[in-house]
Amino acid sequence: MSPIVRMILGRLALGLLSLVLVSLVIFMAVELLPGDIAQEVLGQSATPETVAAFRAELGLDQAAPIRYVHWLGGVLTGDLGNSLATGRDIGSMIVDRFGKTLFLAGYAAAISVPLAVTLGILAALYRNSIFDRIVNVATLSSISFPEYFVAYILILLLSINTPVFPSIADFGRDPSLGDMLYRTFLPAMTLVLVVTAHMMRMTRASIINLMAQPYIEMARLKGVGPARVILRHALPNALAPIINVVALNLAYLITGVVIVEVVFVYPGLGQLMVDSVAKRDITVVQGCCLVFAGIYILLNLLADVLSIATNPQLLHRK
Amino acid sequence: MRTLRLLSSAPPTALFGMTVIALYALVVILAPWIAPHGQTEIVGLEFEPWGGDYVLGTDNLGRDMLSRMIYGIRNSVTIALLTTLLSFALGSVLGLLAATLGGWIDQVLSRLVDVLMAIPAILFALLLLTITGTGIAQMIAIIAVLEATRVFRLTRATAMNVSVMDFVEAARLRGEGTGWIIRREILPNITSPLIAEFGLRFCFVFLAISALSFLGLGIQPPTADLGAMVRDNAALITFGDMVPLLPAAAIALLTIAVNFVVDWMLHRASGLKS
Amino acid sequence: MADTLLSIRDLRLEGRAERGWVPILKGVDLDLKRGEVLGLIGESGAGKSTLGLAAMGYVRDGTRFAGGSVTFDGRDLLKLSPRERRRLRGNRIAYVAQSAAASFNPAHRLIDQYSEGPVIHGVMSKAQAEADARELYAKMRLPDPDRIGFRYPHQVSGGQLQRAMTAMAMASRPDLIVFDEPTTALDVTTQIEVLGAIRDIVAEFDTAAIYITHDLAVVAQMADRIKVIRHGEEVEEAPTREMLAAPREDYTRSLWAVREFRADPAPAPAPDEKPVLSVSHVTASYRTGPAVLQDVTFDIHPGRTLAVVGESGSGKSTAARVITGLLPPDGGEIRLGGEVLPPRLADRSREQLRRVQMIYQMADTALNPRQTLREIVGRPARFYRGLRGRDLDRDIRQLLEDVELDPDEFIDRYPGELSGGQKQRVGILRALAARPDVIICDEVTSALDQIVADGILRLLKRLQVEHGLSYMFITHDIATVRAIADHVVVMQNGHVVEQGPKAEMFAPPHAAYTDLLLSSVPEMDPDWLTRRRGEMRA
Repeated sequence: MSPIVRMILGRLALGLLSLVLVSLVIFMAVELLPGDIAQEVLGQSATPETVAAFRAELGLDQAAPIRYVHWLGGVLTGDLGNSLATGRDIGSMIVDRFGKTLFLAGYAAAISVPLAVTLGILAALYRNSIFDRIVNVATLSSISFPEYFVAYILILLLSINTPVFPSIADFGRDPSLGDMLYRTFLPAMTLVLVVTAHMMRMTRASIINLMAQPYIEMARLKGVGPARVILRHALPNALAPIINVVALNLAYLITGVVIVEVVFVYPGLGQLMVDSVAKRDITVVQGCCLVFAGIYILLNLLADVLSIATNPQLLHRK
Repeated sequence: MRTLRLLSSAPPTALFGMTVIALYALVVILAPWIAPHGQTEIVGLEFEPWGGDYVLGTDNLGRDMLSRMIYGIRNSVTIALLTTLLSFALGSVLGLLAATLGGWIDQVLSRLVDVLMAIPAILFALLLLTITGTGIAQMIAIIAVLEATRVFRLTRATAMNVSVMDFVEAARLRGEGTGWIIRREILPNITSPLIAEFGLRFCFVFLAISALSFLGLGIQPPTADLGAMVRDNAALITFGDMVPLLPAAAIALLTIAVNFVVDWMLHRASGLKS
Repeated sequence: MADTLLSIRDLRLEGRAERGWVPILKGVDLDLKRGEVLGLIGESGAGKSTLGLAAMGYVRDGTRFAGGSVTFDGRDLLKLSPRERRRLRGNRIAYVAQSAAASFNPAHRLIDQYSEGPVIHGVMSKAQAEADARELYAKMRLPDPDRIGFRYPHQVSGGQLQRAMTAMAMASRPDLIVFDEPTTALDVTTQIEVLGAIRDIVAEFDTAAIYITHDLAVVAQMADRIKVIRHGEEVEEAPTREMLAAPREDYTRSLWAVREFRADPAPAPAPDEKPVLSVSHVTASYRTGPAVLQDVTFDIHPGRTLAVVGESGSGKSTAARVITGLLPPDGGEIRLGGEVLPPRLADRSREQLRRVQMIYQMADTALNPRQTLREIVGRPARFYRGLRGRDLDRDIRQLLEDVELDPDEFIDRYPGELSGGQKQRVGILRALAARPDVIICDEVTSALDQIVADGILRLLKRLQVEHGLSYMFITHDIATVRAIADHVVVMQNGHVVEQGPKAEMFAPPHAAYTDLLLSSVPEMDPDWLTRRRGEMRA
């Protein structure tokens, strides 16, 4: 087995382990709660009988490890349990919304990743130029804006003052792709603005770091022109850092999604999660959290594997 | 004198940032004296427009918007500052210990932080808030712990860079204890990155708390809070009114200011090195 | 003159500092004929690398040309457009950097990097360049020249990379190559091969070269003429043999003189004299790796200097880590004044710690930049000897005077406000303040310029006599051993190859490795490299 395959398998195993650990943390969070969750959720006025019945429904009368295994078994077969508030099956609640959230996040990522990487590289190459300074101030401001601030500004400008795009991102049954892209334009733009700024700054930093390497100077001293320096000497070594930057910024994307969905009343997973937190519907929150965290870990894992697979020093061993 | 020279070398963005921070500090300290009305006091009708009796109009319950803004800044900034301090107390102490002691302590703490960081902070916060219920104390504790993981990472990494230096080895060979090594050898050499990190952490905390409040899961009514004020008055935006954007702008302004100052500090630090 | 290839006139260069621009080169002239090799010598920070790059019309980020001209083959490089300058670089002027490992792009094969220059400048086709590469790799005596080009940089050793880079510089058959300390990062036994290969190929193609180094003996082998640079200005310039025989300027003479220092050797220890520190049959390894020390045994006698010599990876620094307790050995024991030292640092008493002190190679990282000299030097005095208040102050001042640092001026300074030599003095003081029996000196002079290093060696010798100190001197530099050692231990791959009194060690017969090590150290005689390679072939 080649070392690189072994390394990738190692990462996969590590990723699996962190998935298990994260599921454990999400499960345990409830256990660590001081006091009785059933009492907490039902309130002080609940009778002991209802509390006991509720406990039994939650399975709280069983030992924690058994419940964890049971819960995890359910999760693996797509059974996330039932909502405390409505009694509905969580799996079916999540599936549809999850698709919508993925669509929105994917929409934003498809625009912001190429945009951020391009702008980041340009800012790094023209370091300390006017362009770089403007971009620096703009991105610093942009990451300082709360997501909902950006969202409402966009609504005010593009939905109220000049009514071009809808401020409520809901689409009926079977919308066309164009229709979906149109109706989710504002939330996607909000995410793009926030995420691009973060991602761009990090891309810039990693490219600057790269351009300071002696082999870049060597290329210049061999008479290699600026374009070729970047394409042939910098880029092959920049892949791994850029992939990592993209992965790191997924966290901002997820945070952004939760808030943007609320602002635009978009029926995604984030909206469901926020509603459930307010209702203290713990099982639903757990489910949403698990799905988000799972995706996050998997994408990070993918980035990890990709950066191993593009590292020349690992690809060609001694 | 040195301070003056330092300030004169600051770029306009950093000067702007410092001015804004100073203004906010004044508002935080002087809120009860400069606010025309109380933060929960109902002074007029709902949604009264700007100008007239009330400079910024009234909110959805007929409270004076300007007074709410002033108190909102005071409350949000104080809570964010408190949370940041807490996360630093936790994260930096553990980070220093992990870097200095190494061994299994470092392993255990680092792996724990890895797991906590494998879940995006806001999701984790939502999960924990569901369990604990909403409230200022819970929120402070939760955000502080989650941000402490980031502080831990940075402190550990910078302290590690210092702890491999020969002067730290020299102190170890001399027989110095962990306390001395942390306080006298390592800490003085990582203060500037830690101060910069404090600024950045404050921004994150400030944004996270206001986001939770915006979602209705943070600071609870009737306490004035910038995030919640946006939510309460969001309906006005459909009428093209900018008032709900003011509290959000107040948040953005302070975070921009802090970011500008931190950016300058980091730039200075990296410039001096090379 | 028709045969002048490069002519630099009144060249001034500035570097960006915290406040404004400061001069780096202050009006330097330089002339180079076709096929001539000019050695550029000076201390660190003298501006020699900057000058070398300027000869290519190149400045690094944060530096800029401030005046003068660089005329290459009749054209002033500073007046050319960037595109025209690019057309010359890697084509008619090439560069060989100090760190080959960092200067090869990790993403591409050696041969692709070789052919890049000739191909983009239209000198050869890719196929021609690759065939040519094999030929040059062979000329540079690289092993397996037909295939080595198809390896990636990290798959090739440092000495081989340096030769591959010289071959790459030669690819377009340039008129001029700038060599920027090409062998500084190499061990002496590797250096000699690289030096020979460079000299041959430059002679074969009649290429002019600027050879930058801080090592006089190296430049004596390589250059036809030598130019000495200090603080961005020329000190003097002369043909190599002339300058070696009769340096005109005081500064040049002082560079020459430092290699002459010989401490008076201490008398050999009496047969019944007990060693102050003895290392016996020590074996050590890091984690689960292979043993880095194998059955290492040596003694340090009171008032004597033991030099431990070896190349990188020989285990000489590991030996110091075992003695100080940072790396508990797998087997064997260390005795201090007859008593067995606990293997682990944490188990040693304060008194045991006090008796063995350490001085480091890099004074920059050895001193806490946030502590004043008072704190740095005072702490061991206080920690080990319980000095307080006025006693402590008096002790610190006395110590500072001991190493010729005026206490009133220096006591409250931070390390950042000191020169390199002053920092190293403070490092010595910190060790001295503990009133130790043994001081381990880990390459204490290798990061210093020669004159400063010489001062440090003299100081250490004086302190040894005054305080009856014993030194364990870890070094890769044979000149240092000659200057200061009483007893020499030669190490290779974790083993002690040979040991004995200095006089015996420097006189044949040697163990084979000691012989190789000693004979690889460049000498000032310009014929040394030729002679030495003749011997090696024989």
